[in-house]
Amino acid sequence: MEAKKSLSEINERIRDGSVRVVTAEEMPSIVEELGPDGAVREVDVVTTGTFGAMCSSGVFLNLGHSDPPIKISRAWLNQVEAYGGVAAVDLFLGATQPSEDRGIEYGGAHVIEDLVSGRAVDVMGEGVGTDCYPRMEIETTLHLEDLNQALMVNPRNAYQRYNAATNSSDRTLHTYMGTLLPHFGNVHYSGAGVLNPISNDPGFEYIGTGVRIFLGGAQGYIVGPGTQHSPGTGFATLMVSGDLKRMSSEFLRAATFTKYGPTLYVGVGVPIPILNERLALSTAVRDSDITVPVVDYGVQRRDRPVLKSTSYAELRSGFVEINGKEVPTASLSSFHMARMVAGTLKKWIERGEFLLTEQAEPLSKSGVSRPMKQTKELPYVGDVMNRDVVTVGENISVPEAARVIVGSRFDHLPVVSDDGKLMGIITTWDISKAVANGNISRVSEIMTRRVYTATPDEPIELAARTMDIHSISALPVVDKDNRVIGMITSNDLSRLFAGRRSI
Amino acid sequence: MKLMLRVAPGIVRKPLIASVILETGALINIERASIDAVSGEIVLDVSDDKCKQVKDAFERRGVDVVLLEIPVMRNEEECVHCGACIAICPTGTFRFDDWKVVTDPGKCIQCGACVTACPHRALQLVLR
Repeated sequence: MEAKKSLSEINERIRDGSVRVVTAEEMPSIVEELGPDGAVREVDVVTTGTFGAMCSSGVFLNLGHSDPPIKISRAWLNQVEAYGGVAAVDLFLGATQPSEDRGIEYGGAHVIEDLVSGRAVDVMGEGVGTDCYPRMEIETTLHLEDLNQALMVNPRNAYQRYNAATNSSDRTLHTYMGTLLPHFGNVHYSGAGVLNPISNDPGFEYIGTGVRIFLGGAQGYIVGPGTQHSPGTGFATLMVSGDLKRMSSEFLRAATFTKYGPTLYVGVGVPIPILNERLALSTAVRDSDITVPVVDYGVQRRDRPVLKSTSYAELRSGFVEINGKEVPTASLSSFHMARMVAGTLKKWIERGEFLLTEQAEPLSKSGVSRPMKQTKELPYVGDVMNRDVVTVGENISVPEAARVIVGSRFDHLPVVSDDGKLMGIITTWDISKAVANGNISRVSEIMTRRVYTATPDEPIELAARTMDIHSISALPVVDKDNRVIGMITSNDLSRLFAGRRSI
Repeated sequence: MKLMLRVAPGIVRKPLIASVILETGALINIERASIDAVSGEIVLDVSDDKCKQVKDAFERRGVDVVLLEIPVMRNEEECVHCGACIAICPTGTFRFDDWKVVTDPGKCIQCGACVTACPHRALQLVLR
């Protein structure tokens, strides 16, 4: 007969102090030793935990009514805009909103941390002016205790697992996965692996709406599946809620990813009662069982290439092999803090301070994370580029190149090898400089060999960004064999946008 | 031991490092150098036994020398031990020890990569 027990039996043991709680890190060896049936008899609750950047976080704040009353349409807390379109004095402050005075170094997440730490926050509001809410402006300074309610509601937290990120391109990228060095210089990952809440109950045997959890150092609840919940692909998420007034700045930490923006590091832990052997087995998951795609963030498109599949065990080893090379790995979420979350939740349960709730409904086993339907597309490079591009060979002289430039419409001349592959580029400026210096030898000696290029299938926004980042005004367009098939210039883009406006 | 040289305008174009190597016989590794027309900042690695001799030799040549004993400081209050500093450091200054980040200050060359990579702004270069 299958070993099982009920949630009320477990809560009874929590009340009388006889409950046996272990963290998800300890569970694999217990199940290995005792078998799933033995583990059900031995263990009552497995605690999980995760602590990482959870951008999709925020708080509903109720400020109370002023005299005369105001219906706030726009509001700023420490110069960070909060959404004022909820009701008269209810605001929603999102973690990733940057401040208007300090930029991304301070944002919504930092306001939340300041509030939790007991610091004063300057509030500014604009009203619409109505018969019931005549006031037009408000300025005040508030502490967390001055707010009627401060309710954390995070639309998407505690990803089941997360992509590991690397960068094939030749420049350093600053992303929400941290600094990614060029030419696969590093791999960054996020997530607590063996301790991850959903990875320990991927079938939602227990995890569901109404389940009491650890959130930011306090007791919170699972509201339901999070946005982009996609259990079919192993990327399930949670929407969670809790009382900010009870939370602690130890488990809610503001952060800023350079050149990306502010975010909030949130501690989330879910207790999993070992009601049956299925739960004993799912909580026996190890780092090596949880696979993670290694994704190339060097490709700035929605569907970034997946280079390989790895596991949390390999990521934690410090190296992942990519194209035969050992690439160093590092984490962006904190496993140390995930342990603190799981350990704190364990203590609460052992002390009888935390009772487990029955789920009102399991999380949905299907979810939708479709790409955006785009009804108004900007064209691709191939639609806009000049196809009548003029190229020159490496061995022609500078005066010859000058004659070609004068005879063509371009200020840029791609230099190609005998088989048509892009080798370099020269500009009118390069030629002027060479002539001024008395250097009129071959173009191969004066050309720029580091050429930024575009491909015909990339959206023009990306080509425009490449030109903007490198302060250049033209890009050769190359095919997959690096042969020059066109040119796109900043003039082409200007014409495109000017033309659109004039229609 | 790491030394940071601050080279003033006027002597920046002299073969300072070469002459110090010849004088002291020290094996000097240049770990980072940023030199322009008017000034320069160079980080050297020198074996501990030659360190004093090399420092004195540079100072006689008018170079401001600072021993980088604690090149990078971590604010323990801010650090959450995520590890964002680990893989981007070119010299392996940071590593996990039981999933807490530990620092080996002797390896730091003050390139600053970790400072921008730290999401919690817990790292700071000393003397910069």
